[in-house]
Amino acid sequence: MEKRARFTSSWLPYALVAPQILITILFFFWPAVQALYQSVLLQDAFGSYSEFVWFDNFKTLFADPTYLASFQTTAIFSILVAVCGMSIALMLSVFADRVSKGASLYKTFLIWPYAVSPVVVGVLWSFLLSPSLGLISHVLAWLGIPWDYMINGNHAMILIVIAAIWKQISYNFLFFLAGLQSIPKSLIEAAAIDGAGPVKRFFTIVFPLISPTTFFLMVVNIVYAFFDTFAIVEATTHGGPGKDTEILVYKVFTDGFKGGDLGGSAAQSVVLMFVVILLTVVQFKYVEKKVQYA
Amino acid sequence: MIERRPILDAISHLVLIIGALIVIFPLYVAFVASTQTAEQSATSPLSLMPGTEMINNYRTVLTAGASGQVSSPPVSRMLWVSLVTALVIAIGKISISMLSAFAMVYFRFRGRGIFFWMIFVTLMLPVEVRITSTYQVISDFGMLNSYAGLTVPLIASATATFLFRQFFLTVPDELAEAARIDGAGPLRFFKDVIWPLSRTNVIALFVIMFIYGWNQYLWPLMVATDQSMYPIGIGIKTLISGGDSAVEWNMVMATMVLAMLPPGLVIVVMQKWFVKGLVDSEK
Repeated sequence: MEKRARFTSSWLPYALVAPQILITILFFFWPAVQALYQSVLLQDAFGSYSEFVWFDNFKTLFADPTYLASFQTTAIFSILVAVCGMSIALMLSVFADRVSKGASLYKTFLIWPYAVSPVVVGVLWSFLLSPSLGLISHVLAWLGIPWDYMINGNHAMILIVIAAIWKQISYNFLFFLAGLQSIPKSLIEAAAIDGAGPVKRFFTIVFPLISPTTFFLMVVNIVYAFFDTFAIVEATTHGGPGKDTEILVYKVFTDGFKGGDLGGSAAQSVVLMFVVILLTVVQFKYVEKKVQYA
Repeated sequence: MIERRPILDAISHLVLIIGALIVIFPLYVAFVASTQTAEQSATSPLSLMPGTEMINNYRTVLTAGASGQVSSPPVSRMLWVSLVTALVIAIGKISISMLSAFAMVYFRFRGRGIFFWMIFVTLMLPVEVRITSTYQVISDFGMLNSYAGLTVPLIASATATFLFRQFFLTVPDELAEAARIDGAGPLRFFKDVIWPLSRTNVIALFVIMFIYGWNQYLWPLMVATDQSMYPIGIGIKTLISGGDSAVEWNMVMATMVLAMLPPGLVIVVMQKWFVKGLVDSEK
């Protein structure tokens, strides 16, 4: 779409876009190019020595079992966060869509986690699930369930998944609720008149109709689990025990900043860039589809 | 309501109440622990009744710092740093994206396509994937431990630019024509027509961006190495770094409650705009 009415000026449009473009070049493009460049160099931690090594860093990376393990950890983590988080949010939003009284009150409670920063989320849940003084651990012990996320890798994974889901629940809930509320009531009524009960209506009408929302949230949740959960891991497990919860973003940070492996860290950044590009393309394909259906 | 099903209604309310309670429970525990003495908050199981130390604890963390064991600046200072950072990021993002969207919609100029493409690509370069190299740029500019370093690299925003572009495209052409006939230049048109029309979008986006800025963690972790420039998130991290026995949980929880309060209030008070901003910025 284009505007018919325009203004003309030889310098003004450039002045208007200048701040945005300047910041983009300095802090997005230049660092990205640097990362690409460093990913084909072998450097020592002080930058005094560097050698062009083609794709050796990538070869090393993909031959490194800890990197592949981190990929697997991230995949398991993001699938758990996306699937469990969305299921819970969908259930809550279906019920919230049903009740008319008090729906906005429930909404007010359910949007709080969005405001809480990931590091606070991490500390909060590691306190609740702390093996020595956590409230929930206490209940688990009373039930006879052993729990110690500091030595058991599965427990550590459960901890970060719970924390990540809790934080994201507001977002998923609001989008599902908006999706549900946009379904024409006449469709539901017609099915009800034909004798379909609430459960049957959900699976044959409601769920298929909100599938664009579901797909969109799937992508958003995977992006969230991949990139926005650094602080949760940092505040709870530090990637441990061992490397059982070391997700990719956490590994880039520890290898580059704490380990001083600049080339390896840059190569990891480049791999992550490809993941983002892939996810962005998938997301935009979906946006086109949404326009068609709407 | 499609049909009367009292049992299903009761189940709905029950599930929602349980859901809301589970969601609120961690926040309640944080508040309760923040009102207790250090010993109370470190006993297992924690009492769920508020303690008596609320005023004392909050006064201590705000003025003196949250811990006697780990050195950390007073929470009031960290809240200030977070507030300035969040405001600069939110206002900065909105200003520069509004201006560039205005230029792209209301002018035809050489390089418009390239600029548009450049802004679009930033969607694919979140800070997490270019950490090390962006850090180098900031340190080369000498921007470590400054508000500029904490905010400027996060200010570029493809999402906000697209949002404003979409919105400007829906503004009727007649308005711009009328403005031109009346002899108003582009800047006058922006100030008197576009800005007033955009107000709801600006508020909605402000809520989202303020929370985004307030909750930044990875970036300040690298840029703020000096304690006086710690935003609240980094401060909390240093408080728990002492290990289980050294942590004074009541003080940590008081700090966390204070850290949650500003964005929490923004969301609850501006709920309508928050939902609008959230939905809009994902289109």
